[in-house]
Amino acid sequence: MTGPPLLETRGLTMRFGGVTAVAGADFTLGPGELRCLIGPNGAGKSTFFKCLTGQLRPTEGEILFDGESLVGEEPHAIARRGISIKTQVPSLFDGLSVAENLRLAAARTRNRAETRAAVDEIVGLVGLADRADSIASQLPHGQRQWLELGLVLACDPRLMLLDEPTAGMTKQEVARTAGIIREIGRDRAMIVVEHDMQFIQMIAHRVTVFHQGRILAEDTMDNILADERVRDVYLGKQAGAGRERGDA
Amino acid sequence: MSRNALGLWTMGVLSLVLVFGVPAIVETFALIDFTLFIAMAILSLSLAFVWGFGGILCFGQSAFFGLGAYTYAVAVINMGESTVPILLGILLPVILALVLGYFMFYGRVSDVYLAVITLAVSLVFYYLIGASAGEEYKIGSARLGGYNGMPSVPPINVPGDPSAAVEYEALYVPAAVLLAVVYFGLRALLASDFGRVLVSIRENEARTELLGYDARRIKTVALAIGAGIAGLSGVLFCAWGAYVSPTVFSLVFTAQIIMWILVGGLGTLTGAILGCVLIQYLATWLGETKIADVNIVLGAIFVAIVLLVPSGFVPMFARLGDTLTRRRGEAGS
Repeated sequence: MTGPPLLETRGLTMRFGGVTAVAGADFTLGPGELRCLIGPNGAGKSTFFKCLTGQLRPTEGEILFDGESLVGEEPHAIARRGISIKTQVPSLFDGLSVAENLRLAAARTRNRAETRAAVDEIVGLVGLADRADSIASQLPHGQRQWLELGLVLACDPRLMLLDEPTAGMTKQEVARTAGIIREIGRDRAMIVVEHDMQFIQMIAHRVTVFHQGRILAEDTMDNILADERVRDVYLGKQAGAGRERGDA
Repeated sequence: MSRNALGLWTMGVLSLVLVFGVPAIVETFALIDFTLFIAMAILSLSLAFVWGFGGILCFGQSAFFGLGAYTYAVAVINMGESTVPILLGILLPVILALVLGYFMFYGRVSDVYLAVITLAVSLVFYYLIGASAGEEYKIGSARLGGYNGMPSVPPINVPGDPSAAVEYEALYVPAAVLLAVVYFGLRALLASDFGRVLVSIRENEARTELLGYDARRIKTVALAIGAGIAGLSGVLFCAWGAYVSPTVFSLVFTAQIIMWILVGGLGTLTGAILGCVLIQYLATWLGETKIADVNIVLGAIFVAIVLLVPSGFVPMFARLGDTLTRRRGEAGS
């Protein structure tokens, strides 16, 4: 990697009472890099994201974005610095239309004309141009995911955090989402949490594996798939679960 | 014409009728009653904005109202001229709201506790002012008077001319104009960027913050705007009756404001005015005719409305209107 990292965490730790969700994660992301984050349920991926966005204040450790600390900053202040998140369960303004949702996200940094232009562009980019006037709560699940992707994009962030962007999607929708992410990932850094291996292979260059709040491995997708330890904690478990079902 | 534009025109015509038409037809005595309804409608609007659009259930809207009334009373007794006291009656509640809002919103107090805290503030005022009966409790030459209240509060006067009092039926037109100004002002505010973000906080506060908006600051400002309007209403109320007592801080009164809004429909401005006037009119009428006990009837109506029309009257009529136009459209095609 050349140049200073865009995002760096050092010994990031988040404890809830006796449970340690993130246990000293050292993570580095370069400018413009697209990274996938995998790991079994409860590995601390979503908690890691919540620490990065200020929704949780880490118990210990440091988060540096562009060399400046984010620990203790309010969520809105972190968003203003250029980090934007798509949450695991789509978080939208359910009573508002698709266009109004996007306008709220776009309007903070733009004047009226720019906002209108941005909304028109993004609504097409995420494939919702014909649904612009639909109320968000009436969209099917896959389109809700895209709308939230649009919200994140409308903030014009330098770093996008996407928590399971394809959850609950059909195969065609997953392929289309991969297309959208490749498109918007050209000029911004991105961290994507996913379980869908095929999807990861469509988009990822490097993959980081979380396990029990720590970073277990970090490599290309092919090497990760070949890694024994990763197989044990993650892929192996899935295979194991498959066997259990087979036995029953 | 869109429904929004239609509503705007309707309300414009209605306010012209309210300001110019009503005084021409209605008797003096009724006009004085109406002036009170208008002052209360402004109070109702203040909470409709804070609660219905900001999602902030402020149980202590009467604290701002009462503070406005008392501030006006104390200041006008000392100064003899009403212009500065009116402004103070708006300013002090705004300051109180900014302080309260700072602690509640920046301290991330949850919604339920917010209601409890604001209610407690109102009750603190109630007992504090109630305990001020002695001779020694006076500000300048204004005696606070404890539960007996402050009688003979000078009326509002034409700015700069203390001898030109605007009282009795003469207060009606300025009050009606103020109601229209507050109503259209709030509509404009809600249509602005600030208003959109405020509603988005009500819809989804976490998402709004993740988009980079400071929800704490926006909610504090919204509470302060509501407090200023409530203060203005308190000033009008005090000037109207030339009297203020701690009952303006009482639990019964603060609960009544919430009731007006629930009857008219939460999340509408028109509903807040309608609900307020309806309940006030009914209470006055029951009080005069003595057909039944006011509190029992109002209580029964409140229970019936919450059970039968939980969204309130204005949203119900809006839905009814939509259904009818759709039916007619289908029949025509």
